[in-house]
Amino acid sequence: MKILVPVKRVLDYNLKPRVKADGSGVDLANVKLSMNPFDEIAVEEAIRLKEKGVATEIVAVSIGEAKSQETLRTALAMGADRAILVTHDGVAEPLAVAKLLKAIVDEEQPGLVILGKQAIDDDSNQTGQMLAALLGWAQGTFASKVEVEGETVNVTREVDGGLETVALKLPAIVTTDLRLNEPRYASLPNIMKAKSKPLAQKTPADYGVDMTPRIETLNVSEPPKRQAGIKVGSVDELVDKLKALGVA
Amino acid sequence: MKTLVLVEHDNATLKDATLPVVTAAAKLGEVHLLVAGKGCAAVAEQATKIAGVGKVHLADDAALEHQLPENIAPLIVDLMGHHDAFLAPATTTGKNIAPRVAALLDVMQLSDIISVDGPDTFTRPIYAGNAIAQVKTSDTKLVITVRGTAFEKAASEGGSASVEAVSGASDAGSARFVSAEVAASERPELTSAKIIVSGGRGVGSGENYKALIEPLADKLGAAVGASRAAVDAGFVPNDYQVGQTGKIVAPEVYVAVGISGAIQHLAGMKDSKTIIAINKDEDAPIFQVADIGLVGDLFQIVPELTSKL
Ligand SMILES: Cc1cc2nc3c(=O)[nH]c(=O)nc-3n(C[C@H](O)[C@H](O)[C@H](O)COP(=O)(O)OP(=O)(O)OC[C@H]3O[C@@H](n4cnc5c(N)ncnc54)[C@H](O)[C@@H]3O)c2cc1C
Ligand SMILES: Cc1cc2nc3c(=O)[nH]c(=O)nc-3n(C[C@H](O)[C@H](O)[C@H](O)COP(=O)(O)OP(=O)(O)OC[C@H]3O[C@@H](n4cnc5c(N)ncnc54)[C@H](O)[C@@H]3O)c2cc1C
Repeated sequence: MKILVPVKRVLDYNLKPRVKADGSGVDLANVKLSMNPFDEIAVEEAIRLKEKGVATEIVAVSIGEAKSQETLRTALAMGADRAILVTHDGVAEPLAVAKLLKAIVDEEQPGLVILGKQAIDDDSNQTGQMLAALLGWAQGTFASKVEVEGETVNVTREVDGGLETVALKLPAIVTTDLRLNEPRYASLPNIMKAKSKPLAQKTPADYGVDMTPRIETLNVSEPPKRQAGIKVGSVDELVDKLKALGVA
Repeated sequence: MKTLVLVEHDNATLKDATLPVVTAAAKLGEVHLLVAGKGCAAVAEQATKIAGVGKVHLADDAALEHQLPENIAPLIVDLMGHHDAFLAPATTTGKNIAPRVAALLDVMQLSDIISVDGPDTFTRPIYAGNAIAQVKTSDTKLVITVRGTAFEKAASEGGSASVEAVSGASDAGSARFVSAEVAASERPELTSAKIIVSGGRGVGSGENYKALIEPLADKLGAAVGASRAAVDAGFVPNDYQVGQTGKIVAPEVYVAVGISGAIQHLAGMKDSKTIIAINKDEDAPIFQVADIGLVGDLFQIVPELTSKL
């Protein structure tokens, strides 16, 4: 079985986003961009399925500016077999990304597509579900456990009340939650090897997908800042404060 | 504009998460509700009483028992033939279903809105709430998920809507519910609690969490929460997690114990009215957002605090 893993290049999760002074967005110039953490987990899960003999090939896909190649090379260094870059400058909304991914799925015929549950830049949490809808496939979102058994994948999902397990007919869509696994670091030899793994370059036009955004961003601003408050010196003082708040 | 709101429920009771969504929908126009489930007539009955609701659509079918998006989404798409906007709470159920509906309608979803600024204009947080974007959609049908803490709850009494049965649900046959492990707790629910006590990695272990955090929460009548580090370390189950990728909460009082205040954690609780932090590191980032801080060892402070309340 082939596994497709879409990976997105985003502001590194350790960095604090800075809003541009003109209100047009978040400043991404000269800052570290890395693979979306949930997508690292997706790549890792695909590799583990390959190591178990369930998967035979892992194809990483990214949609974005030319530099997204670096993100794909990271996926290749972790253990993906080949990569597809759909170059697109400017906004790529989840619906357009899902349409591109559908076209790639039609070509590649994977048995499983594993995506991140959300990208930590826009926090949309949509792409996997949209892709599942466009393909008419079942979806196992927010996965903390994935087990393939024959023609079925059992997915344990992190839901608000606790955990839920669903059995999905393959092919299917899985989106990763944080506790699915701990992604490996690529070793230096594997980083070197990744440089010669195949990376195909495409454009949205190759797949006939219209990238025109449906949503226009009018402005982006800083959230209201919270002021640091006071420090109290003892538990007694804290108890007094709690009483003043009416909670004790 | 005619809106359709997805009711969150467990086939027996209507969940509070529905109520802020009704408030958001009312800003757009007429509010209809959808109760989809199995044996859920009692939920529809509760839904008719919500203030401001015009009609309750009740889809009662075995295929809908577990809110599988594969089965519910086509039903919603049908109903969207005569509604202009679909709104769901930004809960794991809403987030599972709404994008599937959006893709089938060929529209972009507006995720996790925190205000309605016009019939096509909304505000939503991005980058874990470190930036706020005002966005305008060109789609003619709207699909929206709503952040519950950003809107007042609609009154759960006072309405008198009619119920209309919806038929045509079917099992897509691609997904099957297997099991659920739902944490049963006597404590208030995290996302609707007035007071929350959360423990982080500093608490050290599950035993310590039980011995320190829970008694303090019980004294305050509070819900209990945790940082991702505490969940990952196995102190508490995953549904305790507060943050960008856990639950978003905004209680009257949030007490953070042994939590450093990483941006991903702050994303889930920084709209709390009063934040209280207990941490031994006086430079911990949590103190930059805390209204009241106490620097010191939680193993001394928390038991003393619990006994003095
Ligand atoms: C104010 C603002 C300004 C923006 N400016 C730009 C810009 O200048 N340039 C730009 O490129 N984008 C820009 N975007 C981002 C663009 O809109 C997002 O790529 C799009 O909204 C996708 O949302 P998401 O990643 O949160 O989707 P989610 O649904 O949260 O993503 C879930 C998963 O889908 C997969 N996925 C999503 N996107 C991709 C992708 N591109 N390639 C591969 N896999 C993917 C990943 O597995 C990911 O984990 C901007 C967004 C905003 C709000
Ligand atoms: C993609 C992504 C998503 C994430 N989502 C979330 C999320 O939703 N929620 C979340 O919480 N995190 C999330 N994180 C993780 C986040 O970055 C932090 O790692 C996490 O919040 C740290 O938890 P903590 O504060 O409990 O632990 P630490 O950062 O280790 O802090 C422990 C604190 O306890 C204090 N302490 C230790 N001992 C004592 C003592 N005896 N008395 C008093 N104080 C003491 C220390 O001074 C320290 O400040 C996410 C990370 C990523 C990459």
